[in-house]
Amino acid sequence: MTETLDFSSYTRPRSDGGAELELAVDGVTCGACISRIETAVKRLPGVTDARLNFTNRRLNVAWANGKARPDDVLAALQQLGYRGHPFRAFKAEESEAAQARWLLRCLSVAGFAAMNVMLLSVSVWSGNVTDITPETRDLFHWASALIALPAAAYAGQPFFQSALRAIRARQLNMDVPISLGVLLALGMSVVETANHASHAYFDSAIMLLFFLLCGRYLDHALRRKTRAVAGNLAALKGDVAHRFEGNEITSIPADLVTAGDRLLVRPGERVPADGVIVNGTSEIDESLVTGETARRKVAAGATVYAGSMNFSGALTLKVLAAEGRTLIDEVDRLLEKAIAAKSRYTRLADRVARLYAPVVHVTAALTAIGWLIAGASLHDAVVTAIAVLIITCPCAIALAIPAVQVVASGTLFRGGTILNAADALERVADVDVVVFDKTGTLTLPEPREANVMEIEPDLLETAARLGLSSRHPLAAAVAHQARIRTPFDNVTEEPGRGMRTVIDGREARLGSAAFCGVGEAQAAPVDEATSVIAFSHGERKAVFRIRQALRPDAVEVVQALAAKGLDIRILSGDRASAVAPVAEALGVASWQAGLKPAEKIAAIEALKAAGKKVLMVGDGINDAPALAAADVSISPISAADVTQAQADAMFIGERLQPVLDTIVVARRARSLMKQNLALAAIYNAIAVPIAIAGLVTPLIAAAAMSGSSILVTVNALRARRRLETVEPMSEIMFRPLCC
Amino acid sequence: MNVLVYLLPMALGLGLIGLFAFLWSLRSGQYEDLDGAALRILSDEDIAPDQSSRWDRPGRDRQKK
Repeated sequence: MTETLDFSSYTRPRSDGGAELELAVDGVTCGACISRIETAVKRLPGVTDARLNFTNRRLNVAWANGKARPDDVLAALQQLGYRGHPFRAFKAEESEAAQARWLLRCLSVAGFAAMNVMLLSVSVWSGNVTDITPETRDLFHWASALIALPAAAYAGQPFFQSALRAIRARQLNMDVPISLGVLLALGMSVVETANHASHAYFDSAIMLLFFLLCGRYLDHALRRKTRAVAGNLAALKGDVAHRFEGNEITSIPADLVTAGDRLLVRPGERVPADGVIVNGTSEIDESLVTGETARRKVAAGATVYAGSMNFSGALTLKVLAAEGRTLIDEVDRLLEKAIAAKSRYTRLADRVARLYAPVVHVTAALTAIGWLIAGASLHDAVVTAIAVLIITCPCAIALAIPAVQVVASGTLFRGGTILNAADALERVADVDVVVFDKTGTLTLPEPREANVMEIEPDLLETAARLGLSSRHPLAAAVAHQARIRTPFDNVTEEPGRGMRTVIDGREARLGSAAFCGVGEAQAAPVDEATSVIAFSHGERKAVFRIRQALRPDAVEVVQALAAKGLDIRILSGDRASAVAPVAEALGVASWQAGLKPAEKIAAIEALKAAGKKVLMVGDGINDAPALAAADVSISPISAADVTQAQADAMFIGERLQPVLDTIVVARRARSLMKQNLALAAIYNAIAVPIAIAGLVTPLIAAAAMSGSSILVTVNALRARRRLETVEPMSEIMFRPLCC
Repeated sequence: MNVLVYLLPMALGLGLIGLFAFLWSLRSGQYEDLDGAALRILSDEDIAPDQSSRWDRPGRDRQKK
């Protein structure tokens, strides 16, 4: 029986007749990785080009004449110690890339125009206090108009479009006063220039666009960066299904599986789709589905769910159609209800805009009326009213919130948290109850070795590197200890028994106790939650005990959260006997075990009814409805896909620290946003009376606007401040060495 | 003030050259991998051995990688 990899759905045709493929690559840490990978991949037959993008960790490989052979590339990467997986760019990501390029083009046009208009404006300002002739001033104003009008028409598009959308939906957002301010400033300046006036506001309008585009582009760029990392992580999960096609097995991306397909699931692989077992017996770990840690014995006729881990034997599976999936159906139904019931959160910026826009426009109108009553000419009254609109044009306010958002989500991103929802930060800041799921959230998603300290380091390292060659969950748990991530050559795997190879002239074996010649007494399991795997290298032998382990910093993080006055609870689908020790170790008093998805929702709804703001942290399919029901939710990156789709944020890595970081940063960000809004309000309180009095000149407008914008941006940078870290000693111990 | 006749177009022209240079660099994908570009400059593997030996002057220690 042969097996082929079918990644044809990932390859793209090239204009020159060849094909290209994008791969997400894991383990790229330094500059040397770039040339190592590119050199090795370019040497492969048929490959015409290989380029690694270090920013988003993606490798682009091109083949001549359609002879794409992705398996070669994957093998080459593995040989070097990297893990790769073909990557299909999602539509959303592609359109975001186009959007980013467009924003950057607008930004560059606004930047060019701002520089040149400012050059002319400064000449006029200094000329006005010395000896500029009216003709020269008019020439400079017309030159400014020549630059500013087309530039604003191009670079202002992001704001004009968004403002139009808002007005069509009969709403107000920040872009409405911005667009109005820019258009009025330009229009008034043209009229004033035609009348040979001494003031024109071309520079203010263009500079405003430039500042705001800077903020908008940075916001967008950061979101794209986090999206790219999330996309890589999704690809690197490598959801591949092995489908029987006649007598052959073809590996296809898991999302291409259809009902009725017959799939092979080997030990150590996750079940790619819901199905009925046709052939084979095994033990499966359903912790990602139900939260239950004890394994279930399955045989032909049993139903298994996508996301379960196959532990011991190879299974043949017949994929079920969408209906008849009792558990998933219930989750889907609950999910729909929870999403429908979710109240829409109004973002701080929108709340401010709704208040701000009417106030500003009414002030401007009152100014005009006031001056008319006071006996000013219509022209003077309108010019003063427009000056009020220009000076209040919400440069500082429009930057106050996004600037903090960019800096805060950047800080979180470096700490391993990816924000999915744009308003997640604001909602996290309000939280007063944190609800944890147990399995895979407080504990690590995969079982870990429990007796590392008892085993000699060199023996451990050899065993761990041997473990890299197998996908068996127990071998993978041992392999996790490997410092050198390149597997040994010539490893033979004997199904159901273990692996062997020759190292330093002696035979090394990793597998069952009998296979490694370890006595039964030595390898007897301690309790039902612990599994055993043995290792022998010549005469030296070792026994590894593998069990579910808490995340390395779970205790410290939970205590730190409690110290911040948060109410910590555990809602688990696992048995009470498995939850109790975890709750005790973490010092959590209120916990519930054996909960079904509906009961989890009920518990969260009860908390919300009591006026609490709930943050739910969970990973299992059974947690998905609860995540949607909570005010805000976080999942580890190992979570099931359904669950991840509901999470407002995801965190990477083994540590629970990102949950604490998210709360700390979110609270800090909210207070900075409020400070920034206050700063902008103070600015307006000073500037508006000057504008109403008709004393504003273009020079004052330019200085006030850039001054306030710089002030709020500098204040936002304080969100970068270092986060206090909780001990991660184990992190340092387990970190693989860089090349 | 006759000087303005060529100074203004010159200033604008220089600005436009800068703008077009930026737009060209954007279109040719130079902003796709900023971190990679910073590291690639340090790699000397694109220099063929015979070419690199020209820089090895006798009597001067060349720092080993």
